[in-house]
Amino acid sequence: MTGEIASTTAFPNPEREPKNYLNAAWTVRSWLLTVDHKRIGLLYLAGISFFFFLGGAAAVLFRLELMTPHADLVEAETYNKLFTLHGIIMIFFFLVPGIPGVLGNFLLPIMIGARDMAFPKLNLMSWYLFMIGGTFTIYVTIAGGVDTGWTFYTPYSSTYSNTYVMATAVGIFITGFSSILTGLNFIVTVHKMRCPGMTWFRLPLFVWANYATALIMVLGTPVLAITILLVALERGLKIGIFDPRLGGDPVLFQHLFWFYSHPAVYIMVLPAMGVISELVAAFSRNRIFGYKLVAFASLAIAVLGFLVWGHHMFVSGQSLYAGMVFSVLSMLIAIPSAIKVFNWTLTLWRGEVTFSTPMLYSIGFLGLFTIGGLTGLFLATLGIDVHVHDTYFVVAHFHYVMVGGTVMAYLGGIHYWWPKMTGRMYPEGWARFSAVLVFVGFNLTFFPQFILGYLGMPRRYHVYDEGFQVLNVMSSAGASILGIAYLFPITYLIWSLKYGPKAPANPWNAVGLEWMTSSPPPTENFTETPVVDFEAYEYHRNPAGAHG
Amino acid sequence: MSTTATLPAPTAKKTPVVAHHFDDWTQQYDACVLGMWTFLVTEVMFFGGAIAVYMIYRWQYPMAFAFASQELSAPLGTFNTFILLTSSLTVALGVRYAHIGESRKVGWMLISTIALGAIFLGIKAYEYYTKFEHNLAPLLNLPFDYAGPDPGPTKIFFGLYFGMTGIHALHMIIGVVLMALYIPAAFRNEYRDGNSLGIEIIGLYWHFVDLVWIFLFPLLYLVDRSLAAPV
Repeated sequence: MTGEIASTTAFPNPEREPKNYLNAAWTVRSWLLTVDHKRIGLLYLAGISFFFFLGGAAAVLFRLELMTPHADLVEAETYNKLFTLHGIIMIFFFLVPGIPGVLGNFLLPIMIGARDMAFPKLNLMSWYLFMIGGTFTIYVTIAGGVDTGWTFYTPYSSTYSNTYVMATAVGIFITGFSSILTGLNFIVTVHKMRCPGMTWFRLPLFVWANYATALIMVLGTPVLAITILLVALERGLKIGIFDPRLGGDPVLFQHLFWFYSHPAVYIMVLPAMGVISELVAAFSRNRIFGYKLVAFASLAIAVLGFLVWGHHMFVSGQSLYAGMVFSVLSMLIAIPSAIKVFNWTLTLWRGEVTFSTPMLYSIGFLGLFTIGGLTGLFLATLGIDVHVHDTYFVVAHFHYVMVGGTVMAYLGGIHYWWPKMTGRMYPEGWARFSAVLVFVGFNLTFFPQFILGYLGMPRRYHVYDEGFQVLNVMSSAGASILGIAYLFPITYLIWSLKYGPKAPANPWNAVGLEWMTSSPPPTENFTETPVVDFEAYEYHRNPAGAHG
Repeated sequence: MSTTATLPAPTAKKTPVVAHHFDDWTQQYDACVLGMWTFLVTEVMFFGGAIAVYMIYRWQYPMAFAFASQELSAPLGTFNTFILLTSSLTVALGVRYAHIGESRKVGWMLISTIALGAIFLGIKAYEYYTKFEHNLAPLLNLPFDYAGPDPGPTKIFFGLYFGMTGIHALHMIIGVVLMALYIPAAFRNEYRDGNSLGIEIIGLYWHFVDLVWIFLFPLLYLVDRSLAAPV
């Protein structure tokens, strides 16, 4: 193994840089037909960033509409299409594939000392399926939108909606296979591709988190696939499966949908938790507190996540006894989540904490995820859920988890591994400034929504009682700050590709195999297969950082 | 290192070419087999979703489902079950011949499996045809003539019948195409060294497709026949 592949074009390189995965070949073909997991990670980064800003644009539009209690910018149908589009794009094309697709693809093989994923071609196929599914969604956006909400509840989706439900369903079905193949690849890679000495309990917690995520992807996504297929059969071939006129049960659809879509919440947040484990350890220069507990908490969340879907149907005609069982099970899942939060906090304790950008995002995550998680307990409580069901309280809750949690961790992770991915450092001052701006904008957007929801403002309406206007204006103001705050990273990160200082192999003095290879790494990750004889997060024994 | 191996260890007489990112053949072999098993898990969840829907409706409408089930031909279903189980035997023999390096016999076993699969699909197509002929296909707003009780849930039964057996048939067609792709290699004697990996992978898939039918057949054809007297 030489760590190099033949370049398809000779490129004059004045600085005679050593070959790495970026300068190994320069053609478009070498990117679009790559089987290198790192290049595929960057392909995902491009696709996901595009969808993030598309989904964000929809949010900007409906937050503008909600500045006033009346319909002045868009009418009801357009409003329905906007929030549907926002939900579909952000969930299926940003949150689900985001961290696994970008950071997982890039880091998983390196972190376990492998040269690539177990199935590199399948990995590339995952990206293409993701993009084909995304193309359907873009088509829907241009053709006229879809208004069912991202949940596609029947019989509206199967019978009554006159929008592009089929094209959307096909897009999500295809993207689902992208998710399934990514999960399959992660599972086999972690089982079979670990380098000598890399035992299960030496794996970085990011790997554990992505492994647990992969389990959910593999077990949950096929159920969404069959559910969407049944809706498509009902809509396309007029086979009545959930049709109440035949005796079919629309709530059965909701059960099947949430059997995937609640675990999918953990697909979205578990990789973020993995990122936070890495960041908190690296920037407090401390061994992660309770490594095994954090690792097993990931698996516990993956397992328990499959047993709580019924809390979405407390008011849908589900039996009271089923509701009580789901309520208790939903509260149980707070335990592994709390274990993680406590362990990260204890990792900070007596650490040498530095407030670099990734750490700012991590601390933001800790606070916001905790609020998101605790309000989840309110919603798991039957009596309170009846009061706040389908109000802005729910909207605020899941945005605290998904944006306050996952997006913060995603941005923190992108900054932390940016030098490794691109070989360039980002401007720290700008990065810290935008991290703080994201935090401020986020809270101003979503904290008022907790109050709005508690006061009774229902979600998914474009008009509202005039008494709610002040809080809505606050929320919209926050959203504009948040929107601008997101523009900073994309600007200075692209800027850094050309003007950023060259990154050393280990700019953070962090431990882990990814920091023991060059920045950016060679095509096959290491010049020779590493042999691991150390635990993950050996900061306590090796305060200077890098091994050897 | 192999914690999930469920098949015999590779018995290649000559080590096949190992892909660049694997250390050795054993790692590649284990990874591919585990990958296929993981894929089959996703298939279990996929069909499991449809079977769950079926079970819930059958529990809700036991009489309608019992009567509707009478409209399916149990003899044809039984014969198809026999055909498919036999094809499992032929594909298993193919894997065995690949293990011991009898490459041409692998080719003949694949051809036999494809032939049996084609017979199954032919009978299935005939069954579909009779359903359309008897106006028992509740698709595309076609006329639905059903004299028995509860036409609504009966429509759901036939909707699920077409949906579930249709998805199963699609899986069989994919399997037949994949097996056909392996035949030229078999007759070029490429399995003489006992490199059975590809055949084992397709064999796993085919066994799974058989197994799905083993569930679908009793669920759809053999609903408690005492509930509904023969019409």
